[in-house]
Amino acid sequence: MKLITYKFILFIRLLLREFKAQKLRMSLTVAAIAWGTISVTLLMAFTVGLQQQMRKASSGLGGRIMILWGGQTSKVFQGLPPGRRIHLHPEDVDLLKKRIPEIEQISEEYLRWGVTLDYNGKQINKLVSGVAPSFKDMRSHYAQMGGRFINKIDYEEKKRVIFLGTRVCEELFGNDDPVGKRILVNSIPFTVIGVMVDKLQNSNYHGPDENYTIIPATTFVAIFGDPWLDNIVFSMKEGVDSDLVEQELFRVMGGKYRFDPTDSPALWTWDLVKNKEIERKIFLGIVIFMWFIGGMTLLIAGVGVANIMYVAVRERTREIGTKIALGAQRKHIIWQFLTEALSIAFVGGLIGISFSILICSLFRALPMEGALELLSEPTVNVPVAFITVGTLAVIGLFSGIFPARKAASVDPVEALRYE
Amino acid sequence: MMNNGTLISLSGITKHYDTGKVKVRALQGIDLEIKRGEFIAIIGPSGSGKSTLMNIVGCLDTPTAGEYLLDGRPVANMGIHQLAAIRNKKIGFIFQNFNLLPYATAYENVELPLIFAGAPGAIRKEKIMRNLSMVGLSERADHKPTELSGGEMQRVAIARALANDPEVILADEPTGNLDTRSGKEIIEIFERLNVEGRSVVTITHDMSIAERCHRIVRLKDGIIESDTRNGNKI
Ligand SMILES: Nc1ncnc2c1ncn2[C@@H]1O[C@H](COP(=O)(O)OP(=O)(O)OP(=O)(O)O)[C@@H](O)[C@H]1O
Ligand SMILES: [Mg+2]
Repeated sequence: MKLITYKFILFIRLLLREFKAQKLRMSLTVAAIAWGTISVTLLMAFTVGLQQQMRKASSGLGGRIMILWGGQTSKVFQGLPPGRRIHLHPEDVDLLKKRIPEIEQISEEYLRWGVTLDYNGKQINKLVSGVAPSFKDMRSHYAQMGGRFINKIDYEEKKRVIFLGTRVCEELFGNDDPVGKRILVNSIPFTVIGVMVDKLQNSNYHGPDENYTIIPATTFVAIFGDPWLDNIVFSMKEGVDSDLVEQELFRVMGGKYRFDPTDSPALWTWDLVKNKEIERKIFLGIVIFMWFIGGMTLLIAGVGVANIMYVAVRERTREIGTKIALGAQRKHIIWQFLTEALSIAFVGGLIGISFSILICSLFRALPMEGALELLSEPTVNVPVAFITVGTLAVIGLFSGIFPARKAASVDPVEALRYE
Repeated sequence: MMNNGTLISLSGITKHYDTGKVKVRALQGIDLEIKRGEFIAIIGPSGSGKSTLMNIVGCLDTPTAGEYLLDGRPVANMGIHQLAAIRNKKIGFIFQNFNLLPYATAYENVELPLIFAGAPGAIRKEKIMRNLSMVGLSERADHKPTELSGGEMQRVAIARALANDPEVILADEPTGNLDTRSGKEIIEIFERLNVEGRSVVTITHDMSIAERCHRIVRLKDGIIESDTRNGNKI
């Protein structure tokens, strides 16, 4: 044992000496491995981050929801002519809830554009929406700390409370805390009860949620007196087929408003469940593509590493011959290349992974707005990083070891004669 | 050294190279005996097979046919570990182009065979310094080959060949790349080594060097043309 440790120390000495002697080649290999690791790791980090952000953004509008608008009939039905306009009425909400058990939550939505909001004389014109409390979960309208969304009491008692989108809040209040403040909505005093949290949103149907305000639907009707709804938003239970719900919807509404359930323009629907499914598939495609690119990058880095190692062995064949002529055993030569490749991989991998983590944290720390926000959460995938370093190490190892083994196996004259 | 018995015994050694169309017969049946303590010059025209022979004797190459006994044991039967040990301890080989590791100092070059032999640090240091001073280079221990003259490089190579106290020194045109004065220094070292009892075999083109050896083996076309000791035919 003592002898082995002792020989090992000797061996390390020999190795360190050669490291020192071959600074350029060593640093090149280290750089190649570090670079390969950074490329692959970052590519995958951004893919994972993008995937995560996309998922968040697509749930910005809401979860498993469908949005329903009134349309216009196109078919003759029970003696009624085509071209009749279908308007949604407040009682439709209860009807749907009662007749379609797959519906989990539901809310009416009234809309009015260009409503004047006034805070201490500062006036802006914004969209005001009247909804039920269930809107909060369905459409991801969560309040920032210290505030809340409209609740059941607000709704039942037609309270004059208002919930603001972040942009509205900024324009009206600047840096002031809006919660509890009074503002005038078309000259009627309202109390601000909350401001929506910042959220990623990649789709909308009346502008981004940050840019409008919400009051209870009951209050809305009391003030503006709208007879019709703009739309109905409802969520579906997990595992429910949204196509079947839509058919059911046409049947129920067709029964009430007397139109053919197959007359699709009679109602407009936006099925986010199906939308998400499509989105998911597209993104899956992108992710697979990214993995493919990652694999290719790894391959190229591997070729680079292999090349440097291979050239090195060619250069060093004479040296191997000399050492063998001086009594080196094959294991001396092989071990040298082995430890060399492993140390290089270790250092290169360490540098590569550290830099990747650094760059990712930098991106996370950087303030990013709009579309760039999708890039703001890169996450280093540790197994990917290790697999990358491992692959490069193995490639480097084999491309070094095999020629070295060969050079050490032939008669030393052949290695010595090598030009 | 132990005795004046036979160290190296070659019989019927041939070496053929198959280079596509032409078959080169570099050695065509060499019978040669080298005793302990001999000082031999191998001469002959270019291409006569001197290097080929020397490489076989140095266990750096294998013959196509024939028997090579080293210390009475057939080299052909030896495994790689045994061969490595022989190259490491029994034979000191010196090349025309020195074959020093370019990035290592004189000290480190001499250290190599000792590392391969697994010699302890104190012994290594002592042997390295003794060998370097033997070739007159103790002052140059920390110099790299690029900082040394040709003659000095060859002397480092000799110190390296002597590292593990080999019984025989084999040198393939050790003075071929050197000027006359440096060549003379090398030969003087060889003479000293021989006086100490070591066998020395050197290839040379320089008759003045060959004449300082006790025995001259002349090769021609892969066979021994003549073999004389102190002018007398053997
Ligand atoms: N690897 C090889 N492949 C083919 N032929 C070879 C090889 N090595 C040597 N030869 C041939 O074998 C013959 C002997 O070569 P060798 O190197 O032993 O000659 P030499 O006597 O040392 O010559 P010199 O004085 O020029 O060094 C030459 O004809 C040479 O061309
Ligand atoms: Mg020669």
